Amino acid sequence: MSNKFAGRDLVSIFDLTKSEILYILKKARELKKNPKPDLLKNKILANCFFEPSTRTKLSFEAAMLRLGGKVIGFSDSKITSTEKGESLSDSMKIMSSYADIIVMRHPLEGSAMQAAEVSSVPVINAGDGANQHPTQTLVDLFTIEESQSSLEDLKIAFVGDLRYGRTAHSLALGLSNFKARMYFISPPTLSLPEEETSDLKKKGIKFSFHKSFEEVLDKVDILYMTRIQKERIPYLEYQKLQSQFILQLPHLKKVKKNMKILHPLPRVHEIDIDIDKTPHAYYFQQAANGVFVREAILALFLGGNIG
Amino acid sequence: MDKTLLVAAIKNGTVIDHIAQGEGLKILRLLNFYLHEDLVTIGLNLPSKALGKKDLIKIENCQINVEQAKQIALFSPLATINYIENYKVVRKISNTLPSQISSVLICPNHQCITNHERIKTYFIVEQIGSLTELSCKYCCKKFSKEEIKEFISDRN
Repeated sequence: MSNKFAGRDLVSIFDLTKSEILYILKKARELKKNPKPDLLKNKILANCFFEPSTRTKLSFEAAMLRLGGKVIGFSDSKITSTEKGESLSDSMKIMSSYADIIVMRHPLEGSAMQAAEVSSVPVINAGDGANQHPTQTLVDLFTIEESQSSLEDLKIAFVGDLRYGRTAHSLALGLSNFKARMYFISPPTLSLPEEETSDLKKKGIKFSFHKSFEEVLDKVDILYMTRIQKERIPYLEYQKLQSQFILQLPHLKKVKKNMKILHPLPRVHEIDIDIDKTPHAYYFQQAANGVFVREAILALFLGGNIG
Repeated sequence: MDKTLLVAAIKNGTVIDHIAQGEGLKILRLLNFYLHEDLVTIGLNLPSKALGKKDLIKIENCQINVEQAKQIALFSPLATINYIENYKVVRKISNTLPSQISSVLICPNHQCITNHERIKTYFIVEQIGSLTELSCKYCCKKFSKEEIKEFISDRN
């Protein structure tokens, strides 16, 4: 099956079928258990970050190094020819002649698709503006499967900024392959856009909207927290919303035993640090899993002999 | 009572009739008819039995192609397109909705890469009930046809 991925691009989670998603997760599990330090020896990854990133960039870098490959790249477009007016298309054509695979983050939506069209080597989208971030979705799916032993028929609550947060959108759509029951908890001004809800309806997914944690906390297997960005809503409203959208220890009294809390990070105030030491906190494992999932992605899309 | 044509007849060319009221100027810009060198006449808010009011365009010495007819269908699905020769209708062109449209529309999303790079735009067209939905291949955003305000004027 690895040949199915070789040479392809990963621009959106929709580029993958359900069985392909499951195959990537399986390979990530294997690499987590049995490291392969020489798998991508002599291969070069170009990490092209036209806007800042820490976790995504470093986890791709760590993944490539752990598989024996090498990494080139940049993390600030100001030091590239973009500043001199070079088009993204030209930049990516050139990059593809230097490396075997490209990981790209760019502030404009659709930039990854354009890069994929001009690049002669696979392009992995590490975030194109507010549009897609498929590798984060795969990390989330991997972590959910790891913590629940399955991806099928789970109950998941998405909390926080569901309007602008691309990770929640992508995960909801990714999970729609697995018949999840979804609960959306957000301030009315930050609720899931109609575009996403209509996609979920088309796929026959059951979902509902809620105003507070309490309405659903005892039902869910996964609580997917996201950051409410202060700049999106008036300050007074933000203050008012804090009690409703900041997860604190008392909230966990009636939750299911298997319930795990995920967060794409960075966390600001939305999860009280007292929760970190409870068995429900799983966001640091989720961040650590980023490396294994990205190892699997690099290996498969480079056509590495992953076994 | 004498019947007088509100928009003068053309000898040879194309007549686009029964354009939904308000869409005439949009179609004129969409198909770059304002660059046409021969006679182009446009009637706005003309009385229509079927539509109440309609727009109409006549372009002399020009036969629009099937692709252009599909683009017209996007903005005015009930429009009729006729080829004229020697003042008579010689052929009717069907104007079914296109399944995709490229290099014509400008993506309304300012953050879309197509508004920042020299790159052909591409939309997938879907009819959902009475709504026509356009999805940008690049930024993946969906738009109603009413949200599309601008067209690419230089399509070479």
